[in-house]
Amino acid sequence: MTALQPSRLLSERLPTDWESPAMRARIAARYRAERNFRRLGAAALVIAASFLAFLLFTIVRDGWSGFLRSEARVVVTFTPATLGLDPAAVAGPQGKVLLARADYLALMNEAALTLGPASGTLSDAAWLELRERLVADPALLGKTVPVWVPVRSTIDLLAKGKFDLAAPADSRGVSDREVAAWRWLEREGRLRTNFNMAFLRNADSTEPELAGIGGAALGSLLTLVITIGVAFPLGVFSAVWLEEFAPKGRLADIIELSINNLAAVPSIIFGLLGLAFFLNFAGMPRSAPLVGGITLALMIMPVIVIAARVAIKAVPPSIRDAALGIGASPIQVVFQHVLPLALPGIMTGTIIGVARALGETAPLLLIGMRAFVTDVPQGFTSPATVLPMQVFLWSDDVQRGFVEKTSAAILVLLVILIAMNSLAIYLRNRFERRW
Amino acid sequence: MRLLIAFAMVLALAGLAYLAGRGRANRLVLAGGNRIGAVHSRPVYHGAYMAVLALAPALLLLAGWAIVGENVIEGQVVATMPAASQPAPGNDRVALMNEVRGLVTGDLPQAFNPLAPVLAPRYAAIKNNLDLLAGALAVALLCLGGLWGYSRIRPDFRARNRVEAQVRVLLLVASVVAIITTFGIVLSLIFESIRFFRMVSPVEFLTGLAWSPQTALRADQVGSTGAFGAVPLFWGTIFIGAIIAMAVAIPLGLMSAIYLTQYAQPSLRKWMKPVLELLAGVPTVVYGFFAALTVAPLVRQLAVMLGMVDASADSALAAGLVMGVMIIPFVSSMADDALTAVPRAMRDGSLAMGATMSETVKKVMVPAALPGIIGGVLLAVSRAIGETMIVVMAAGLAANLTANPFASVTTVTTQIVALLTGDQEFDSAKTLSAFALGLVLFMMTLVLNIYALAVVKRYREAYE
Repeated sequence: MTALQPSRLLSERLPTDWESPAMRARIAARYRAERNFRRLGAAALVIAASFLAFLLFTIVRDGWSGFLRSEARVVVTFTPATLGLDPAAVAGPQGKVLLARADYLALMNEAALTLGPASGTLSDAAWLELRERLVADPALLGKTVPVWVPVRSTIDLLAKGKFDLAAPADSRGVSDREVAAWRWLEREGRLRTNFNMAFLRNADSTEPELAGIGGAALGSLLTLVITIGVAFPLGVFSAVWLEEFAPKGRLADIIELSINNLAAVPSIIFGLLGLAFFLNFAGMPRSAPLVGGITLALMIMPVIVIAARVAIKAVPPSIRDAALGIGASPIQVVFQHVLPLALPGIMTGTIIGVARALGETAPLLLIGMRAFVTDVPQGFTSPATVLPMQVFLWSDDVQRGFVEKTSAAILVLLVILIAMNSLAIYLRNRFERRW
Repeated sequence: MRLLIAFAMVLALAGLAYLAGRGRANRLVLAGGNRIGAVHSRPVYHGAYMAVLALAPALLLLAGWAIVGENVIEGQVVATMPAASQPAPGNDRVALMNEVRGLVTGDLPQAFNPLAPVLAPRYAAIKNNLDLLAGALAVALLCLGGLWGYSRIRPDFRARNRVEAQVRVLLLVASVVAIITTFGIVLSLIFESIRFFRMVSPVEFLTGLAWSPQTALRADQVGSTGAFGAVPLFWGTIFIGAIIAMAVAIPLGLMSAIYLTQYAQPSLRKWMKPVLELLAGVPTVVYGFFAALTVAPLVRQLAVMLGMVDASADSALAAGLVMGVMIIPFVSSMADDALTAVPRAMRDGSLAMGATMSETVKKVMVPAALPGIIGGVLLAVSRAIGETMIVVMAAGLAANLTANPFASVTTVTTQIVALLTGDQEFDSAKTLSAFALGLVLFMMTLVLNIYALAVVKRYREAYE
């Protein structure tokens, strides 16, 4: 029993000499380790935050120019003969229809010739501008006016400085002729940069200068309408049942287990469910917002259930007891007292779930919402695409003009998502009650 | 579209039923002298009861018709043909009916099958008749139900109790949807997987080392059978999701959580938590785009600098790095919870004994919180291996069994997307293999989640 020998007793040990060099060195080393550890923690935070900053920076850098487009000034003479129009008939009752149907392509081709070396630089859809002008102002017929029309994507990118002109011609992705045409337009002062309304309004296209996110945004909206319409009632109702009415027992346990598991199932599995069940078994239409919406609804339902249960649980029992005490039935208690008080929490959870659905791509990929849709979707059962899917489709495109389109679409998506999340945070702070 | 109108009409009629029932109950209240208790239930409940009686059978009928209607119509159309020329049930019939439908709606200008133009007018006529019949039946049911409900409105009728019982059933049905969804997932994965395993043995699938699902279009092509050994995919999934991504996410997430819970000023904490949450809120397709366009070229340059001339443009490292960053907030919030759950007395005790904060964290807090942290990491792994868009956009399609982070590997989710997004026959081993992969992925994440949740729960109970 050496430990009990008198020389080892605490009372007889010499006090630690904190001033000794050995002890000082040990303390210094411990403090150094402390500082380093602290710096390591701060560094981890800085790395995570700077990654986010880098991501946002590259997307804004590549994407902001996607909201702009270059236009060339063309002097157009609205010759009735080229348009295939009879001026007398245009003045008649059928004038509007005739104007809308005239041969603007021929007129555009004729006008493009006046651009000399840059005659091939105009976009394939430039004639649409001419139609818009003439339909808006039929008096222009027969007159000569300057019109700004969009140019091809290559010229647009040249104007935005996206090509390295110092590189040899065969590796820079743009031909000498195109560069010459662009230089000529610049020299003549025929090029300007304008806000790209078409990007916000149009649907997808094979030409970068015509492609827009309008169709995808509408597709997202239709899909989310279905998602909210299915997931919100289902989620709130099952939360109410689980919190307020479920008898303790096997059924409630199984439902709870299912919901917790569904919350953790990878999203692509929901896509497989949609493909095998909704499309192949139930025969619902491919690529439709209806199927996409239901699939996403099943995916975000657990999120809403979990948030709603927390919110319902937070309503104090005294409220229920008071309502029951003056004769309300359990259903009346829930629908007239508990749910209104829990609503802010439920809304917060729902918005977060819907934001997740809006950014989700993988399950929709499997149910065919990657279709190339050049038209704005007509309804819940017609083929459509959604915003994140548009990002995915454009990112796959080899044409260089789509890089800025992809980043610009991401910017739009991120702005919507941040707005939704801010709304959720605002609701939480504004209406959250501590009982 | 026509069905939608029918639904809207039925809903509108049910609204009328509600108004009628409420009106009658209102009159009863007035007849009873407008005194409390003259009529058992308030008028809204009488109205609601009547609306439910009118609506439920009609809606059930319409929903049933929406599901089976097309089959019934097809059967009738085929029955109009002479028995000899009837197409065999299965693909032939489906293809023919698709053409017929295309002709009727005008989506298809010209049919390939000469039978289709003959059948198209018959199809249109039969569909028109049967749809009308279903609609008329629904309206009749609605009226009958509504009238019966109307006749039951009496002062002593307990409408509120009935309506509340119906609401309870509705709540229960909504809850059961979660079970149905789970079963739907399991069943659809298992059924398609069984079909796949009839063509390819499960042993080959789970242990084979070669993956090339390309089945040839013609039987005489070389290598027409395809190989379905999924081990390279499992390895790629684990390599990207559980090794590279975690090598990024665990240190960064854990250190962020430690700094935020132990060192940071409350104001910094207030600002940094939303920033981390923002990282989690960025859609994965954005990460994928970033990984493919920005990170992958950088990684490739690094590989070339390190002397690898043929470095891959879709390296495992690029996808794994970006996925790791995506997972950081997940790890950090789980670690945050675990560290906060450690009783304060343990931390204060350690500090009072003269340990520095880092010593306290390393020797007291982290060991105490370890089960919670491990549970969080397992949940993060399950998320990483199920993540799809980053790997679809940034990882490759070549199934390599390599531990070189600069080489290209492929993952389970990448292959599922690649197998199912082409124009494929649904019966080929190639497409069905996607469901077998999905089943494996589902099982992997399920086991990880159940185990992780059990660990976290046991750990929480230890300190409560």
